[in-house]
Amino acid sequence: MSRIWIHGGRVLDPGAGLDARLDVLLEDGRVAAVGDDLAPVGAERVDAAGCWVAPGLVDLHTHLREPGQEYKEDIASGGRAAAAGGFTAVACMANTDPVNDDPSVTDFILDRARQDAPVRVYPVAAATRGLRGETMTEMAALAAAGAVAFSDDGRTIMDSGVMRRVLEYSRLVGAPVIVHAEDRTLVGEGVVNEGPVSTRLGLPGNPAVAETVCVARDLMLAEATGAHLHVGHVSTAGAVELIRAARARGVHVTAEVTPHHLTLTDEATLGYDTNTKMAPPLRSAADVRACRAALADGTLDAVATDHAPHAVHEKEVDFAEAPNGIIGLETAIPVALDLVRAGEISPLEWVRRMSSNPARILNRPGGRLAAGAPADVVVIDPERRWTYDPAKGFSKSRNSPWAGQPLVGRAVVTIVAGRLVYHVDRGVLA
Amino acid sequence: MMGRDLLGIEDLDREHIERILETAKHMQEVGRRDVKKVPTLRGRTIINLFFEPSTRTRTSFEIAGKRLSADVVNFSASSSSLTKAETILDTAKTLDAMDADAVVVRHKVAGVPKRIADALAAPVINAGDGAHEHPTQALLDLLTVWEEKGRVDGLSVTIVGDVLHSRVARSNIYGFQKLGAEVRVAAPPTMIPAGVESLGVKVFTSLREALDGADVVMVLRIQHERLQGAYVPSIREYAATFGVDRAKLRFAKDDAIVMHPGPINRGVELSHDLADRRPGVVLDQVRNGVALRMAVLYLYAGRRDPRPGGDA
Repeated sequence: MSRIWIHGGRVLDPGAGLDARLDVLLEDGRVAAVGDDLAPVGAERVDAAGCWVAPGLVDLHTHLREPGQEYKEDIASGGRAAAAGGFTAVACMANTDPVNDDPSVTDFILDRARQDAPVRVYPVAAATRGLRGETMTEMAALAAAGAVAFSDDGRTIMDSGVMRRVLEYSRLVGAPVIVHAEDRTLVGEGVVNEGPVSTRLGLPGNPAVAETVCVARDLMLAEATGAHLHVGHVSTAGAVELIRAARARGVHVTAEVTPHHLTLTDEATLGYDTNTKMAPPLRSAADVRACRAALADGTLDAVATDHAPHAVHEKEVDFAEAPNGIIGLETAIPVALDLVRAGEISPLEWVRRMSSNPARILNRPGGRLAAGAPADVVVIDPERRWTYDPAKGFSKSRNSPWAGQPLVGRAVVTIVAGRLVYHVDRGVLA
Repeated sequence: MMGRDLLGIEDLDREHIERILETAKHMQEVGRRDVKKVPTLRGRTIINLFFEPSTRTRTSFEIAGKRLSADVVNFSASSSSLTKAETILDTAKTLDAMDADAVVVRHKVAGVPKRIADALAAPVINAGDGAHEHPTQALLDLLTVWEEKGRVDGLSVTIVGDVLHSRVARSNIYGFQKLGAEVRVAAPPTMIPAGVESLGVKVFTSLREALDGADVVMVLRIQHERLQGAYVPSIREYAATFGVDRAKLRFAKDDAIVMHPGPINRGVELSHDLADRRPGVVLDQVRNGVALRMAVLYLYAGRRDPRPGGDA
């Protein structure tokens, strides 16, 4: 019987509205007690003095690249990166090779996760076969196999008729449809946010309106169908406004924002670093301000990394040629903590957006620390200073704009189902 | 001190630009000699690395290098292994191993010269990257205007055409402004880059208004594939609205000069009679190109100071 006693930390449980210096006792994979001066016998003690003790972080949006692109990442390495980043569960997108559009692929992913990953892995299945945006997938069978959501992430379903049917049919399984909302015809060849920066760089611009047009369409379709729409990686002030208005009218919409869209502007691209290239692109300072305010006021429900590993040789090419995306699991805590440090969000609300809300959006347990909840816990030292070196990290890839940067805040202990899977001084243990 | 690389006019200040132009004036004299060669860069190796075909610019750099007695080696994407499969870092390492004294880079994607410069010990000269910059073209345009008008300060320069896709436009916007000219751009709304006002230019969608009182009319080359409906409806409509001809030129100053980086699409962006007008400034641009590039190679390839942090 395993027991872990987390002693002396600041417990942050958004579910209970709890923010207090308490102990947490984990027993047999569950939270046994949260209280004052627990002094259990025979428990492994984790000293959390000066740290936050929170339900394990849940990432709505990762690319684990297995099956098919294991040279970028696999479920084992991505899972270790997640554990080191304080995540106890990650949802993985369907754009693998083969695409996760068939229950056999979902089975495979869950199998690999059980064998190799120290964290929980929630497969997101494709919304359309082959991510082609034409024919919807067997959502009932995929959900039965363990898919938690449906998404053609990386691509946009451009055919509004198909999108409408996908949303409509998703109600059968009650799982969210996660959209990558970029109108491809408006994106064109665009690789950086369209504006003064794209003009200075001389690179084709990807306009903010490519996102807002698509978000507007998807919100209207969600309203018409009553389905649960989840908007992935929101990056524009315009999309934030549309989501805010739709929610006010009762549309079932949730939305996420990435750590990079909360903290970096398109000016980060001025040196042509391909590790600042992603879709949607880094936006203007006004967009960043709007996203931060929307995360604070709850219009944006969650922070999600969009962890997108690519090999060095794939990124070490010209800006137009380089693939989109950056890794983010191991830097999410320090980067997203910027909002807490800036006084824009309280620690408790921050945990809600990093853990409780993502779990709720995916209809998964987790995101709370009450007795009986799964023993998924992260201990975060919000003041810890460290320098991020992707070469020493757990992801197979290194495509991060924060490489070599000093960061503040880090997961020191990650516990999944009552098992200590990561300790900052000892590495990944499972 | 000037920067190690010449990546764009945006990075230069007025003093540096003037130094390059004055050096180019001296170089013009070499081109008028019977034996058009000086020993200045003897024993130096200059590599022309052209990922995008450009006979004119490449030849201009080659002649410039040879008049300075440098060994000039031409690499083009088709005749080398420098293809997509090779990373920019590999390319830079290969060039480093060849001990080049300068590398002249042309690429269809913006930023490639900068990325190569970041990884390379030798100085990099940008010979045009995507829609970013084409600094030597702007410098030779400045030289041409300086000679033609005796000054750049206080002139009114109107750039006409596909500014969105033009590296020549960007470099000239920076260059003319830094030397004290007022710069206007005139184009159909679909060919005006987002936020171009942030570069300090005035934007016009009326050619007539843009030309009013202009001292210099710089006509950009228009790519035919941009004229087939995506950016403007047709060649005919473009020629009618933004093609520069004698009638439209009347709105500019009487002594306005017309420039074009070449080659000209006659009857599209520039009318036949203007293209053939003598004294024509277009040919001076080409002639100044060699002298200007000699100046650039002399100033950038003639130095031996190691790159900070580089392994030169």
